[in-house]
Amino acid sequence: MKRADCIEALYPELEDRLVVTIMGACAQELYDLGHRENFFYLQHAMGLASSIGLGLAMNLPDEKVVVLDGDGSVLMNMGGLATLGRYRPRNLTHIIFDNGSLLSTGGFTSHTTSGIVDLATVAKGAGCPNVTPVNNMFQFMEAAAEAFENEAMSTIVAKVEAIGPDHFGMDFKLPENAIRFARFIKDR
Amino acid sequence: MTVSRDNSKMVYEGIKAAGIRFVSALPETWLVYLLQLAEDDPEMCLVEVAKEEEAIGIAAGAYFAGKPNALLMQNHGFLASINGIVSLALLYRIPLLMLIAFRGHIGEPYPWHTQGGILTEPVIRGLGLPFEYARDPKKIAQQIREAQTFALSSLSPVALLLTRELMEEEL
Repeated sequence: MKRADCIEALYPELEDRLVVTIMGACAQELYDLGHRENFFYLQHAMGLASSIGLGLAMNLPDEKVVVLDGDGSVLMNMGGLATLGRYRPRNLTHIIFDNGSLLSTGGFTSHTTSGIVDLATVAKGAGCPNVTPVNNMFQFMEAAAEAFENEAMSTIVAKVEAIGPDHFGMDFKLPENAIRFARFIKDR
Repeated sequence: MTVSRDNSKMVYEGIKAAGIRFVSALPETWLVYLLQLAEDDPEMCLVEVAKEEEAIGIAAGAYFAGKPNALLMQNHGFLASINGIVSLALLYRIPLLMLIAFRGHIGEPYPWHTQGGILTEPVIRGLGLPFEYARDPKKIAQQIREAQTFALSSLSPVALLLTRELMEEEL
């Protein structure tokens, strides 16, 4: 399963949700499908996408928040899983793409390679409810549909291939993304 | 010396007077009464993190949501948050109002606080962050309000260093 295919399949469902992505390949693959003002791409500060999602979800109970995360980022903020587990806002869906690789920074294997670290088990142990590990598109879409329907926090850990786009770049500056994202929320 | 309950209350009242209803924090001794006040206040939403850098992300989310908010942490937690401050707040121009318990400065009896205390101001200056020392309980509400105003106008993290004079009192 490719992350790009997962994001493409998810894309129509993201139209009315606040989306926070991690850096690099994941951000680029979402952006390449067409930027929307409800997308925020965290191009650095690895690990904090899920924390931003938590701050959004707790402060905007009427919005649906989706975090597109990765194994490298989650490994850098495993304490953040515990905080998510403790507060578990019902309007947050946390999707972790696990490609077993620090793909955007040289492709070195991450701790999840070959099943050494199981992030779904880690998330469950951290107290996150409704954790679903998936390995193929059918399972992914089924889990995503359930997560989006569910009035409870959900986590999906999707095993994906370690491949990404052959190009990087967006037609706006990073602070511009932040300012436009905040304005989009304000104008809702 | 003990943590000042009265002054903690004045800091908390300053937070409330600034319209803040969302606080992300990691507990620490000087912040005990402040966090208890936040926890017991039905108007306040308190998020306790596992490590302080998370609070930078959570505060960014609260800012995007348009909600006035503050971070409460010890200076060692501030030191542990630097990549979040640099690569989220400064990079994306996200305002942060950071109330930092300034442990390890002159008068500090505990050796474990000393290195972080000595380095806190140089690190804040190195990052180019606007900051003030908070020493006088009568001025704290104004300092919080002004720090918040400046964070929002400059789109920058702003630090208030809560000193021993403010946070402790004689037994």
